[in-house]
Amino acid sequence: MATVTTGAATPEVLEEHWSETPGLGSFLTTVDHKRIGKRYLYTGLLFLVIGGVESLVMRIQLTHSNLHVVDPETYNQLFTMHGVTMMFLFATPVLSGFGNYLVPLMIGARDMAFPRLNAFGYWVFLGAGAFFYSSFVVHRLPDAGWFNYTPLSDSVYSPGPNVDFYALGLIFVGISTTAGSINFIVTILKMRAPGMSLNRMPIFVWGELAMALTVIFALPALTLANVLLELERRAGFHFFAAAGGGQPLLWQHLFWIFGHPEVYLVVLPALGIASAIIPTMCRRPMIGYTYIVLAEMAIALIGFGVWVHHMFAVGLPSMGLGFISLTSFLVVIPSGVQIFAWLATLWAGKPILKTPMLFVLGFIVLFVIGGLSGPMLAAIPLDQQVTDSYFVVAHFHYVLVGGAMFPIFAGIYFWAPKMTGRLLHEGWGKVSFWLMFVGFNALFFPMHILGLRGEPRRTYTYQAGLGWDFLNLVETIGAFVLALGILITFVNWVWSAKRGEPAGHDPWRGESLEWATTSPPAEYNFENIPTVRSREPMWDQPELGPHGQPAEAGGRGLGGGHNTLVTSLLEAEPEVVAPMPHESPWPLLLTVALLGIFLGLVVRSWVFWSVAAVAAVIATAGWFWPRGETQET
Amino acid sequence: MRCRRGPLAPGARTLPAVAVALTVGGCGGKTSVVSPKGPAARSVVGLWWPMLATATAVFVFVVGMLVLAAVRGRRKTEDDAAVTPGWGEPFIVVAGVVVSGAILVGFFLFSLQKVQALTDAGRRSKLTVSVVGHDWWWEVRYPNGAVSANEIHIPAGVRVRLALDTADVIHSFWVPPLGPKIDMIPGQHNTLWLQAGEPGVYRGQCAEFCGLQHANMIIRVVADAPADFDAWMAREAQPADDAATGGPGRPVFETQSCAGCHTVRGTAAAGTVGPDLTHFGRRDTLGAGVRPRTDGDLARWITDPQSIKPGAAMPPTTLSPADLRALVAFLEGLR
Repeated sequence: MATVTTGAATPEVLEEHWSETPGLGSFLTTVDHKRIGKRYLYTGLLFLVIGGVESLVMRIQLTHSNLHVVDPETYNQLFTMHGVTMMFLFATPVLSGFGNYLVPLMIGARDMAFPRLNAFGYWVFLGAGAFFYSSFVVHRLPDAGWFNYTPLSDSVYSPGPNVDFYALGLIFVGISTTAGSINFIVTILKMRAPGMSLNRMPIFVWGELAMALTVIFALPALTLANVLLELERRAGFHFFAAAGGGQPLLWQHLFWIFGHPEVYLVVLPALGIASAIIPTMCRRPMIGYTYIVLAEMAIALIGFGVWVHHMFAVGLPSMGLGFISLTSFLVVIPSGVQIFAWLATLWAGKPILKTPMLFVLGFIVLFVIGGLSGPMLAAIPLDQQVTDSYFVVAHFHYVLVGGAMFPIFAGIYFWAPKMTGRLLHEGWGKVSFWLMFVGFNALFFPMHILGLRGEPRRTYTYQAGLGWDFLNLVETIGAFVLALGILITFVNWVWSAKRGEPAGHDPWRGESLEWATTSPPAEYNFENIPTVRSREPMWDQPELGPHGQPAEAGGRGLGGGHNTLVTSLLEAEPEVVAPMPHESPWPLLLTVALLGIFLGLVVRSWVFWSVAAVAAVIATAGWFWPRGETQET
Repeated sequence: MRCRRGPLAPGARTLPAVAVALTVGGCGGKTSVVSPKGPAARSVVGLWWPMLATATAVFVFVVGMLVLAAVRGRRKTEDDAAVTPGWGEPFIVVAGVVVSGAILVGFFLFSLQKVQALTDAGRRSKLTVSVVGHDWWWEVRYPNGAVSANEIHIPAGVRVRLALDTADVIHSFWVPPLGPKIDMIPGQHNTLWLQAGEPGVYRGQCAEFCGLQHANMIIRVVADAPADFDAWMAREAQPADDAATGGPGRPVFETQSCAGCHTVRGTAAAGTVGPDLTHFGRRDTLGAGVRPRTDGDLARWITDPQSIKPGAAMPPTTLSPADLRALVAFLEGLR
């Protein structure tokens, strides 16, 4: 550890320390948070396409009553993998991708706190995605729903490996999410630029922090549930099987203790995206910053006390249900606080209706609808009528697609110029938005009505004459319109990356530090780590520009080495200069060994998984082998 | 398809939700939550319309403000935008915490009151019917020993207690026009009050994903006038009579694989895997509601059930045309 220094840095010296040799070697060993962040984004969006195609096939099957486009087994696999893919392989990773790319830039750091752990998190996510979909090769995709209730998922009713792919895959991907979350928490709390006290931290960063904290406390319940399930399926334990003295509801409790916070951990960083875009696009600071931050944290906290509202119809005593009903009503309040803070900012400011802002406004409309059907499901008797019907499907798609995917697309239009240096095409962006907005509502609004008309969810077909056909047809058309809108943005993005209008370093006149870098940013992000004196540094500190902050204005070059600055938790006062690790092959090698363990477990070959386990031990040893002071490979 | 308009709650007529109300309540009444046909469902709808009206009002307010803000913004300068209005944070607190909180807590208390009314565990029932969920059909047992499947007869206007269990995985009993659902969970005995206001047939289906044929696990509740119900239940408890079992179909049923899984009381068939068929000829559907009970569908169901309900436990049966005709006649005669 070196002492805190303000020593000036030249781009040449930084380049020498930070640049990664181009080529396959650095592709496999990179620890640059920006490269890793983009990988999370691209891979996550690939899974959006896969999960989207799954939903389109389901929609075709449901266009009309009694169709036979897919058989029931395929349909069950499709809706199971649609849920697993969208939650674990699309939403969470894409929001981690934005976080990975943006958090160090927004807080004025040169990388995440643990760059190799960061690389490891991505590789494990990719490995877990490959693991889930390797089941497709053997036609054994998970088929017991993303909620995977026992006893349907036990070895009696699901004897095939389908559920093993589910349970082991979730344990596997959980390693990635946990590693990523620890990294976010340490980075956000200890790596902020000097002067960026917690009350000056961008709301987007608060959103990522809330997500990471939620993961740390929620995910163990899911991992535990899946470990117990695998023990029951393989080793004859009876945690869940009633015949052996187990309790089927134990699974439901463990799953939803994780599962409801999971909804919030997807929505919280997405709300953060909206809160990042609104002030810039309204040309004024956010009204109610403190309320929004408190609301984000309150949602994260109250979100742990609402899980039983997924179980209002299982026959629990009504006293207990009453408590959960109350918390489920109350968790609406912090969401409402954020919406009214945005409304106040929009009203006071001058909204600029560029594409990112359109997606944010569309998000608010959809999120409000999802938020208004929320209390209906918190009301016990009404929930007992419409739970497990299409009404619920409508509700959570408004919350999750409206509340997370629309902000993600806003984020793409807003920050892709930072990543590529070029703006996306504005006209096609608007076309994409309107197609997505109209398609989304045509797809999901009728589901409210069908749920009220008694259509249960997770059914591969339905009978004629029930008044369900017409709206199902509307939904299918809506699904394709939505898909077309999404496709247009992807094409726009690819096209603009090469031919788009040059963005410059700050195309939107943003207020936070990511705009004080070149587009795309240099490997080391900032020549000098800026000293922050405001909540909107780019607006209040005119010395900030594409090359950061000059030394005479407080910028710290840290002597130009492979270093970043560690600061104190509350006030962000400089503590030490931390040397950062270079590229490393070990995160990838460890991931390959872990993938071997999980594949060995699923094919039930102890030779296979024990060899892979030895490889994992070797890879871990290689990673941590002492190499002198800096721990570089 | 017949499309009858369900009655609206009186309050709904005057509220801004009326357009949505017509769309939702207007059609598909026989399976609809918002066309209640019993006191439990009516009680829930009494919660639904006020919540929908309030939600609609909040939506109009928020989206109205959003659109107005976007329109007003065009005329503003950036200097206007930089001014921080004094009403900003008080607005967040009043709208976001005080007003929202009051509405939410109000509806919470209102909904708790409804829970009280719905459960009311102290009341006694005149009749308890046992319903057991199977992959993928419903077994129905009456206190007089009658055993049936996939159709529950109840006396109209009478509160019936359903005792709900499962033979395998989790199922959920849901007949929307009659009220809330409840799951059937292994190792747990759940109960549900079921009451239909008027005689009629009410359709429901399993609401908890239970595997391949979750979509075709359909239940019909038939509410009879109380006198008709008593006669029906008495008849249902009797074994099949000679008129039904005298024909050539009976030996086919007894000697083919049918008898291994199905019971017809009064014959040698005593299987317990599939539904009791003693009075099969009095039911409206076959295969847990997957088809109407017509001769053609029945013959196809016997010879090739997997083409109608893939994954169902019933195996295909190869029969000579004469045997098949006899078997269909026998089953139709079980009245």
